[in-house]
Amino acid sequence: MSRRHAVERFAQAAMLLSTVAVVSGLVLTVGVIVANGARSLNWEMVSQLPSGGYYLGGSGGVLNAIVGSLILAVGATVLAALVALPVALFLQPEYRGETRIAGVVRGSLDLLWGIPSIVYGAFGFTLLIYLGMRASLMGGIVALALVELPIMARAMDEVLRMVPAELREASYSMGATRWETMRRVVLPQVFGGLITAALLAFGRGIGDAASVLFTAGYTDNLPRSLQDPVASLPLAVFFQLGTPFPEVQQRAHASALILLIVVLIISVLSRVLTRRLTRFAVK
Amino acid sequence: MAHIDVRNLSVTYGRHQALTNVTVEIPDGAISAVIGPSGCGKTTFLRSLNRLTDMSRGVHVSGEVLIDGENILARGADVTALRRKMGLLSQRPQVLPMSIYDNVAYGPRLHGVRDRKRLDAIVQQHLELASLWSEVKDRLRAPASGLSVGQQQRLCLARGLAVEPEVLLCDEPTASLDPVSAQHIEKRFVELKQEYTIILVTHILRQARRLADYVLYMYMGELVEHGPAEALFNAPSDPRTQAYLSGVIS
Repeated sequence: MSRRHAVERFAQAAMLLSTVAVVSGLVLTVGVIVANGARSLNWEMVSQLPSGGYYLGGSGGVLNAIVGSLILAVGATVLAALVALPVALFLQPEYRGETRIAGVVRGSLDLLWGIPSIVYGAFGFTLLIYLGMRASLMGGIVALALVELPIMARAMDEVLRMVPAELREASYSMGATRWETMRRVVLPQVFGGLITAALLAFGRGIGDAASVLFTAGYTDNLPRSLQDPVASLPLAVFFQLGTPFPEVQQRAHASALILLIVVLIISVLSRVLTRRLTRFAVK
Repeated sequence: MAHIDVRNLSVTYGRHQALTNVTVEIPDGAISAVIGPSGCGKTTFLRSLNRLTDMSRGVHVSGEVLIDGENILARGADVTALRRKMGLLSQRPQVLPMSIYDNVAYGPRLHGVRDRKRLDAIVQQHLELASLWSEVKDRLRAPASGLSVGQQQRLCLARGLAVEPEVLLCDEPTASLDPVSAQHIEKRFVELKQEYTIILVTHILRQARRLADYVLYMYMGELVEHGPAEALFNAPSDPRTQAYLSGVIS
């Protein structure tokens, strides 16, 4: 067999092996969570707040964490999108695309992306103390938004950069301004991609424990205002896994399963919605 | 009808000189074909006329382009008003991500037409002008991207005409079309030249012979020769034009 054929085989084998590694990783993770958590997962768990002695194996559920996580992640995603979209637009050819400033902004976002979320948590905590606030829903949303912002902005930037120059030019040649072109042509064209970018950030946000540890706190109750502390699913998993009781540890897996299902539902919903809203996009 | 007068137009992209000292007056109400081999600057010439060159980075434009006596390259020139005057039809039809109706209504809406009935009338009139109306009148609300390529190009023509431009800039408008669709478009051009000044960039020599009243021959960024079609095709004076027309260079 010639050397070229050997290389071809090797490349194919490498691709296959990597794919198998990725897929089996997913299957194993989900499998372990389902195997350990499914037995503890029941209606009581998703519909009730923890009652006394829940962490010792008592009755109740993790409704506080489910609601908390949803509010935290949705709030943070909305807040991050309010900043990420303008940043991403600013990086396009119409505004500062391909200039040195754009390079600096992109580089900064990439760096921010790599910062561990516990650092954002610590930063948020310092900020809260400076402002004289305590761990609260507000603090958690802001810290999570910081975690989500770089991913969302860069993902949106990449999506926007995929819009062909000819499409923008078609709009300009009709006498449209930059903003009109953005608003009426570019954004509708990439709407699906922008939603995906927001989802990516949402997924990271809702699963993040470290950034909300100091900033959102933890509580067995539902928050009544932005100033109240709030529970979250990742922390619920963390605390339950930390107990010495096998029963409670099993509930940790069930909580993780709930987290997975929440992400799945939101992802499917937004994909369906996106498909309906982007039927005009030009291929 | 706008009058176009180009004086000493030079365009460079970084170090690459795309156009060198082009000076020409475009005849009104006629089809002027810009011909020449690939990379000779035809498209750059066209794009300078509605300042789409602004979109490229590192581009430097000098000289004057006078449209009705006003230099559009001057600082402070109103680019959106200029582009409204110059309809553009590009090589590949580029429909906008919206319905067929909204594609045609895009320009008029930008320029302030809000009245529903008037928009309806404008859309129908221009779709008819582009001979597309009968094919799409029952699905005006459908995505424009669902049309065939030939239909898309006619939609782009309708969209371009709907802002009531005075000049049509066409960059190889039939290059990606099947022969039947191409013929459709060519026929339209012949009718439209009564009311519009048409500048047609083409690398199809036979198309230029069929349609052009006036011809500009470009080579390596220079405007080598220009004149009435008959004269230029039958008796080119420059050896480079002769070489191109006889097929020595293509």
